[in-house]
Amino acid sequence: MAEIDRAVIGQWGPPATMVVELGKVREFARAVQDDAADYAGGQPLAPPTFLMTIAHWIGDLGATRTGIKLDYRRLLHGEQEFEYVAPIRVGDVLTFRSRTKDVFEKQGKRGGSMLFVVGETEFRDQQGAVVAYMRNVAIETQGAVAG
Amino acid sequence: MAAFEEGETLEPIVVGPLTRSDFVRYAGASGDFNPIHHDDEFARAAGNPSVFGHGMLTAGLLARVVTRQVGRENLRRYTVRFATRVWPGDTVTCQGRITRRYDEGGETRVDGELVAVNQKGETAVSGSFTAAVPR
Repeated sequence: MAEIDRAVIGQWGPPATMVVELGKVREFARAVQDDAADYAGGQPLAPPTFLMTIAHWIGDLGATRTGIKLDYRRLLHGEQEFEYVAPIRVGDVLTFRSRTKDVFEKQGKRGGSMLFVVGETEFRDQQGAVVAYMRNVAIETQGAVAG
Repeated sequence: MAAFEEGETLEPIVVGPLTRSDFVRYAGASGDFNPIHHDDEFARAAGNPSVFGHGMLTAGLLARVVTRQVGRENLRRYTVRFATRVWPGDTVTCQGRITRRYDEGGETRVDGELVAVNQKGETAVSGSFTAAVPR
C-alpha cells in the first residue's frame, strides 16, 4: 500500500547532474534500434527517450516521485511524457530535479480504487536554461491514500 | 520524406521478433534494472508467464516513426501510454498518422497519433506527438 506524505506534493527534490556522453547516447540509440546515421560521432542530439537514463544516476526511477512510496507489486506505469524545450546533445551537462506534481484516486472499471501519481522531472543545461520536462503517471491498483 | 499533411500516414517500422537480449540491452542502456524484464524466475513469481519488455523500450522504438521523418531536433513533445505487454517472440509494428497541421511558436507544427501493435493486432503502446515541420 502506498505511503504518501501530502506535504511534499509540488515540492522539488534535490538536484542531480548527468553528463550526456557519446558512448551512452550510442548505446541507448542501439537499444531502441534508432538507426539515424549521426550517432556515429561528434555531438549528436540525444534520442527522444534518452532522458530515461537518469535511472543510472538516481538508482531508482521511483525517486522521481518525491515523498511517495508505492507498492511495486501493484504498480503500473501508465503514461510517460517528454516536452522538449531546447535540443539536448552530447557534451551537455544536465541538472535535473523531480517532484510529485499530483496524487489522486479514481474508481477502477472492475471495482476497487486506483491511485494515480504524477511525477515531473525538469532538466536544465549548463547555462541554467530549461531544456526538457519528463512526466510520468504511475498507477497503484487497490491502493489507499494513507495520510 | 513525409509531406506533413493532415491525415497522412507515416511509414511504419516493424521490429522483431523481440528477444530477451533486446530487453537486456535496453536495461543496460537505460539503467532500468527492474528484474521483471530480465529475470524469468522473478517474473514468474510475480504471476507472469515469463519476462516481458520495458514499456519504454517499445516507446523508444515507436519514437523512430516520427524522428526519421522530422529529425530529432524538431520533436517538441512525445507522450506514450502503456497497454498490452510485449513478450519474447513478439513482433511489434510501429505506426503513425498526422492529425493536425498549424502554426505556433513561429514555426509550422504537426500533431500526430502513434501506435505500436503486436502480431495479434493488440496495442502495446499508444502515443501522440507534436513536431515542427522541417524547413
